[in-house]
Amino acid sequence: MLVPAFNRRNDPFAIMRSMMRDFDRLSPTRLAQPVFPAVNVWQGEEAVAITAELPGVAPEAIDISVKDNVLTIAGERTAPETPENARWHRNERSYGRFSRAIRLPFAASEDKVEARMSNGVLRIVVGRPEEDKPRKIEIKAA
Amino acid sequence: MTTEVTKTNEKTPVEAPETTSGGRIYQPLADIIETPEGVTLMLEMPGVGAEDVDVTLEKRVLTIRGKVHPAQSDKLQLVYAEYGEGDFERSFTMSDDFDADKIAASVSNGVLTVTVPRAVEAKPKKIAVTTA
Repeated sequence: MLVPAFNRRNDPFAIMRSMMRDFDRLSPTRLAQPVFPAVNVWQGEEAVAITAELPGVAPEAIDISVKDNVLTIAGERTAPETPENARWHRNERSYGRFSRAIRLPFAASEDKVEARMSNGVLRIVVGRPEEDKPRKIEIKAA
Repeated sequence: MTTEVTKTNEKTPVEAPETTSGGRIYQPLADIIETPEGVTLMLEMPGVGAEDVDVTLEKRVLTIRGKVHPAQSDKLQLVYAEYGEGDFERSFTMSDDFDADKIAASVSNGVLTVTVPRAVEAKPKKIAVTTA
């Protein structure tokens, strides 16, 4: 197989990486828009937290809803207002409506969901309901 | 033509030397518009507050840095990650007719807007031609 000679000798993964790149270029997933917003999920004994990066979205423009064990984040990213004589040099950001549903490990009640937004990062904390928490069972002497 | 040029709808880690803090550096997505008065840049920097931004214009190179305080929790553990957290850094080379003293920057909802006005003497002037 042909391997470009300019790959650095001391990097054994260079060939692998270039192959992965070639493959990525051909795969159809590349053409699809990435899911927005990207989320990170945090889990603990008492709660589950979801963080999402939503730069440029005002907190008022975000709708968060919970139904059973599905949490939905929806909203809209609006394009900035530009003067009429403006010339675009670069347009890397994207705009439009978005919606994302995340399945939670338990059915959450509306009153145990808390959302906070700071500097474009949304953090939703979903408390675990009492009936879902593991119960310690004591062993009685026979 | 390759698709690599258009691969910018996600924040991408910069292929740069390692940092002393050990964190990753990401390249913020940018929208840039130009008007006769100057250039406006809008950069997506989620998690960066107004006090964590550093904008410098030195020898035509406009450098924008943003410091992110990664989310931490002692009670919760990260179980699933779709995005990484790290500082933002990106530089742009400008033409030399901009006024470094009048650069304005503001942060709102994780988007940094930098306005670089054109220097007064650099605004186009019409030169009258007289007949000798």
